[in-house]
Amino acid sequence: MIQTALFIWLLPLAAFTIQILFGKRLPRKGDWVSITAIGISFVLAISLLIQALTHYDPEFVVTASIPWIDLGSFKINMGIYLDNLAIIMLMVVTTVSFLVHVYSLGYMKGETYYNRFYAYLSLFSFSMLGLILWDNLFGIYIMWELVGICSYLLIGFYFEKDSAANAGKKAFITNRVGDFGFLIGLLIVFTSLGTFNLSEINLGVSQGMLSGGLLTAAGILLFAGAIGKSAQFPLHVWLPDAMEGPTPVSALIHAATMVAAGVYLMARLSFMLSFDAMLVVAYVGGFTALFSATIAITQNDIKRVLAYSTISQLGYMIMAIGVGAYTAGFFHLVTHAMFKAGLFLASGSVIHAVHHSMDKIGEHGDPNDMRNMGGFKSKMPITYLVFLIFSLALSGIPFFSGFLSKDAILGGSLAFALAQHNPIHFLLPVFGFLAAAITAFYMFRLIIMTFYGEPKKPKLFEHIHESPKTMTIPLLTLAFLSLFFVYTIPSINPTTGEGGWFYHLIEKPVSAVSTQLGHAVYQMTEHAEHLAHVSGLMISIVLALAGILLAFAFYFWKKIDVEALTEKIKPLYLLSLNKYYIDEIYNATVIRGLLIWNDFLSWFDGAVIDGLVNSTAWIVRNFSVLDGLFDTYVVDGLVNGVGSAVSAFGKSLRKVQTGQIQNYVLGAVLGTAIIIILTMI
Amino acid sequence: MIQLNSFLIISAIVFSLGLFTVIYKKNAVGILMGVELILNSVNLNFIAFSKYVDVHINGQLVAIFIIVLAAAEAAIALAIILNIYRDRANIDVTQLDEMKH
Repeated sequence: MIQTALFIWLLPLAAFTIQILFGKRLPRKGDWVSITAIGISFVLAISLLIQALTHYDPEFVVTASIPWIDLGSFKINMGIYLDNLAIIMLMVVTTVSFLVHVYSLGYMKGETYYNRFYAYLSLFSFSMLGLILWDNLFGIYIMWELVGICSYLLIGFYFEKDSAANAGKKAFITNRVGDFGFLIGLLIVFTSLGTFNLSEINLGVSQGMLSGGLLTAAGILLFAGAIGKSAQFPLHVWLPDAMEGPTPVSALIHAATMVAAGVYLMARLSFMLSFDAMLVVAYVGGFTALFSATIAITQNDIKRVLAYSTISQLGYMIMAIGVGAYTAGFFHLVTHAMFKAGLFLASGSVIHAVHHSMDKIGEHGDPNDMRNMGGFKSKMPITYLVFLIFSLALSGIPFFSGFLSKDAILGGSLAFALAQHNPIHFLLPVFGFLAAAITAFYMFRLIIMTFYGEPKKPKLFEHIHESPKTMTIPLLTLAFLSLFFVYTIPSINPTTGEGGWFYHLIEKPVSAVSTQLGHAVYQMTEHAEHLAHVSGLMISIVLALAGILLAFAFYFWKKIDVEALTEKIKPLYLLSLNKYYIDEIYNATVIRGLLIWNDFLSWFDGAVIDGLVNSTAWIVRNFSVLDGLFDTYVVDGLVNGVGSAVSAFGKSLRKVQTGQIQNYVLGAVLGTAIIIILTMI
Repeated sequence: MIQLNSFLIISAIVFSLGLFTVIYKKNAVGILMGVELILNSVNLNFIAFSKYVDVHINGQLVAIFIIVLAAAEAAIALAIILNIYRDRANIDVTQLDEMKH
C-alpha cells in the first residue's frame, strides 16, 4: 500500500519534471504526459479506496518512514502516514485533478503557455498529494508552501495582465501572514515535544508534555495557517481575487483541493486542539460562513459569487471541526470538492462560450459579468443541467450530496450549542442556518441571471454554443459524484450519510488533550448530535427552499422590485457589494501603515546608515591620501636615496676603467707583486 | 757545471724585460713580442727545474706545450692586430679605449 501511495504521490512530480524540461518540444506540447501521470495516480487511488472499503477498518493506519535529516539530536524522518482520511483525500484530489486536467484540454486550447500550464498542474498535484501523505508537520509545512507557490504561479498565469499578477502576489502575501502563525505553532510543538511526527505529537500531548495555555496557543497558531490557506476571515481577501487565474485552476486549487488543505490540516490536528482553541476555530468558521455568504449576494462576476460561496463553505467545514463534528466537516470537504469544482468548471464553460462569442462579434467586455448573460438554458443544455445539479447540492436540497454533509454540520453545531451551558454558543448554529438560506438564495440568483429569462445582449447570445466534449464529460462526471447515493452506499437513505461507507471509514480521533472538560463536552456533543439531527434537518430544508423561492421571487417572477429594494437599503447593499470594505480597510491600515514604516525605514537607511557608511568612507579616503603622501616622500625617498647613492658610487668607481690595456696589465702585475710580498711576510 | 741559479737569474731578467715591454710599448706588435719573452722565460724555468730538480721530463713536455701555445697565440694575436690595422691604419694600443667606462 505504501508503494501505491508513493506512486500516486511521485508520478505527478515525474510529469512535472518532463513537462518543465521538454514540454515545449513534445508532441501536443506534452499535455498527455501530465494527464497520463495523474490518470495513473487516479486509478491507483481508486485501488487504494477499494482496499480500504473491502477491509472496512476505521482504525486502519499504515506508516513508513526513512531518516531524512539527522544532525545529532535533531532528527526528522520523512515518511508516509496512510489512514482512511488520507485515502479518501487522495481519492478526492486525484479525481478532481484528473477531471480538471481533461477539462483543460478544451478550455486552455491554443494558450501560449499551454505546456507550462500542465507542468504547474502536475506540480500542484504532487504537492497536494504530499501534503496529504506526509507523516510529519515539517513535511506538511513544506508541501503547504509548495501548494502556495503553485497557487501563486497559476493565479498569475496570465501574468501579462496587471490584475492577474497583483492577484497572485496578494494571494501569496496574504497566505504568508497565516503561514507565519503556522511556523510559530510548529516551533512551539517542536520545542515542547522535540518531534514533528504526527503520532509522536499525539503521544506527547496525551502524556501532557504540551498542555494548558501553550497547547491552546499552538492550536490557534497552527489554525492561523489554515485561516490563510482556507481563506477564513480575516485573511479571506485573496480568494476572490484569485479568480483572475484560468477557471480550471479556480476549480482545482481554489475550490476543491488547496483551500481544503486548511480543513484537512485541522482534521489531522484535531486531536491536539484544546477546548479554547476549538472554540476559536468554530467561531472563525461560523462567522466566515455567514459573512462571505452575505457578500456573495450582490456580486455580479460569476466566478466571484462562487469564490465567496467557497469561502462560506470552507467556513462550514472549519466550524464543523471546531464544534467537534469531525466526520461531518470532512464529509463536507469531500462533497464540496466535487460540486464546487463542478460549479467552477461549469462557470468556465459559460465563460468560455461568452468569451468566444465576444471574440466573434468583436466586443471587448468582461466575459465573467452575469449582467451580460441570460437565457443560456436553451443554448447550453448540458452546462445548464449540471449547473442546476451542483447548485442544488450546494444549497443543501435533499437527494444531493451537499445536503448530507451540510445537514450533518448544522446538526453538529446545533448539538454543540445544546450541550453547552452557555447560551451564547447558539450563535454558531444561527450563523450556519442563516448562511444556508443565503447560499440557496445567491446560487439561484446566479442561475436565474445566467440561464433563465431573456438574453440581455441578443447579439452576444446568438454565438453562444455548448462546450466541447472534453469539457462536458468532466462536468457530467462531477454531477454524478454530487448525487447522494454515491456517499450513502450501501444504504439508500437520502437524509443522512451515517449508514454509508464514508461514515464507516472516517471516525473521529480520540482527543489527546488531557483537559477533561473538553473531552467531556465533546462526548456530550456526540449524544446531542442524534437529538439535533431531525430538527436541524427540518430547519435546513425549509431555509434552503425559502432561499430558492426568494431568489425566484426577486429575479424570475419579479414579484419584488429589486431596484426599489436596493434603493431602500442602500447602505447595506453597498456594504455587501464592496465586500464590507475589507480590502479598503486593509489598504488604509495595514498596507498604509507598512508603507509609512517603509518610508521611515527608507529615510533611516538614506540618512543614518548611508551617512555612517559615507563618513566611514570619507575618513578612509582622507587617511589613504595621507598614506599616499607618506609613501611618496618617505618610502620612495628612502628607496631612491639608496639607488642614487649606489649609482654615485658606481660613477666614481668607473673612472678606474680607462680602456688602456697597459694600465690593466700594470694593475695585474702590481697586484701579483703585492700578493707575493704578503705571502712572503 | 752551470748552477741552477744562473738559469733562474737569466729567466728572471728575460721575464722582467718581457713585462717591461708589455707595459711600456705602445705598439701592439711590440706588446706581442713582450708576451713571447715572458713565455720563453717561463719555458727556461721549466726546463731548468726539469733538469736539476726532477728525475722525469715533465717540465720539458710542458715547455713544448707552451711553445705550441705561444705559436697559436701569436697567430691569433697577429690576426686581431691585422684587423685592427685594417680598421684604423694604426696599431697604437693607447688609442684602443672604446670599451672604457
